[in-house]
Amino acid sequence: MITVTGLRKSFGDQVVLDGLDLNVPGGTVFALLGANGAGKTTTVKILSTLLSADAGDVRVAGHDVAREPDAVRAAIGVTGQFSAVDKLLTGAENLRLMADLHQLSKAEGRKRTGRLLEQFDLTDAAKKPASTYSGGMQRRLDLAMTLVGSPQVIFLDEPTTGLDPRGRRDMWQIVRDLVADGVTILLTTQYLDEADELADRIAVLGQGRVIAEGTAEELKRRIPGGHVRLRFADPERLDAALSVLGDASRDTDALALRVPSDGSLHALKTLIDRLDAQAIVVDELSVHTPDLDDVFLALTDQKVATR
Amino acid sequence: MSTQALPRLHPIHDSATMLRRNLKRMLRYPSMTITLIAMPVVFLLLFVYILGGTLGAGLPGGGGRAAYANYVAPAIILMTVMSTVQGTAISVAMDMTEGIIARFRTMHIARVSVLTGHVLGSVLQAIFAVTVVTGVALLVGFRPTANPLEWLATAGFLVAVAFAFVWLCVALGLASKTVEGASNAPLPLILLPFLGSGFVPTDSMPTAIRWFAEYQPFTPIIETVRGLLMGTPINNSAWIALTWCAAIALTGYLWAKRLFNRES
Repeated sequence: MITVTGLRKSFGDQVVLDGLDLNVPGGTVFALLGANGAGKTTTVKILSTLLSADAGDVRVAGHDVAREPDAVRAAIGVTGQFSAVDKLLTGAENLRLMADLHQLSKAEGRKRTGRLLEQFDLTDAAKKPASTYSGGMQRRLDLAMTLVGSPQVIFLDEPTTGLDPRGRRDMWQIVRDLVADGVTILLTTQYLDEADELADRIAVLGQGRVIAEGTAEELKRRIPGGHVRLRFADPERLDAALSVLGDASRDTDALALRVPSDGSLHALKTLIDRLDAQAIVVDELSVHTPDLDDVFLALTDQKVATR
Repeated sequence: MSTQALPRLHPIHDSATMLRRNLKRMLRYPSMTITLIAMPVVFLLLFVYILGGTLGAGLPGGGGRAAYANYVAPAIILMTVMSTVQGTAISVAMDMTEGIIARFRTMHIARVSVLTGHVLGSVLQAIFAVTVVTGVALLVGFRPTANPLEWLATAGFLVAVAFAFVWLCVALGLASKTVEGASNAPLPLILLPFLGSGFVPTDSMPTAIRWFAEYQPFTPIIETVRGLLMGTPINNSAWIALTWCAAIALTGYLWAKRLFNRES
């Protein structure tokens, strides 16, 4: 549904995208994961026809974005990082504006507006100006407006940035429901847990290209930073465990050991077996998977090393 | 190669949709329209009641305050149009800072409708403002001699002037990097009537300024309005004025279209 090959874009002498390749099959959720300035928003802008590429081939819904921008626009919906609602209009008016621009009949427009207001829990606020909405409500209205035209491909640029935890969970549920309807979604995020929750596949963006791609599990396993934390009742057991495991760092004050591990079932079983064999009693065991910082630092370091 | 037909664009329907959006925005933000109307009203009162007695005495044939009210009213009416189009530049610049414009750019709609919505909205706003200001002018002693046909011609002419300068100001609003910049850019449009036959006859000015005054667009525009309303000679002012309007409208339209289609 979306294919990107060798995409390049520079602003002046600042290279933002340096040979980006992506392939998003129809009906899936694809996450672009990257820190601020990694080129996520630039990618979405090029894919949604807002910016032209310097080089590379970009096809969205079967159309070339450079040669057939209108055909691309007819197939996509975009919800950006910055609220794309008219704040002086009410929620219902914003949706009807979209219905009018999609040439829906008055009756059809009203029907779809009503359904979306209900689906996005905005019915009570429908007659209030969007400027009075909370951040989460504005984001929901924004996405509802994107859906008025029933797009085949939806771009969500950092859909939950700036939302409170409740707003984030609501947004996640909405995205999951969309996927159930069969649309293709490309979302950008700087949160690994968000990509993890929503995406079928994740591409990690760094220095203007994809530095790793796979499912969330694949990515997390590939990189260091994950570890198992073992807590003991007394220093003797801690020392005993350290002598058995060797490759671990100790935190004497907390009576804990930090054992590097990819967190897979197999690695855990091996670890537990080794402790069991020496009859070392562990008070508490917890698995820590790497967060975005770990992923990102590890992957970018790797890339520098292989250059 | 896709054989699937692309949905047709509907520029007129989209423009009507955008016009509705802009009218709603004006109604939700009435202080803008009020400010735009207040400016020419203040000037009108200032020129008639404070300066009018003396300036009127200097008109060919004299006549004092009453004669000056008749002389200055067409200039104030034109100033009302310019005040409105200044508001256009501001609201276009404000609109461009809103995320919804980026959304419009990613939609399969007639792009120019974003601009035509502003243009049509501003022209309607100008009609409203001119009606209010003309009403005030009548209250303070403006006594036009126009017959219904001449009133109609005046209205049509002013719509043409508003249309031309609105397009120019849409471009100025798009060209401005900030809303503040957009509110300053059209300032010459407010000042130019002073450097023409708007407030005093050009004969009374120093040679260099008089030369400028006679050839700048506002002089024929004001002379046309004055001629239609007060029965003063129009000669070829109307055609010169309409030519200016056509040129300004075309320049503004092409410039605005180019600015809107550039990448942000």
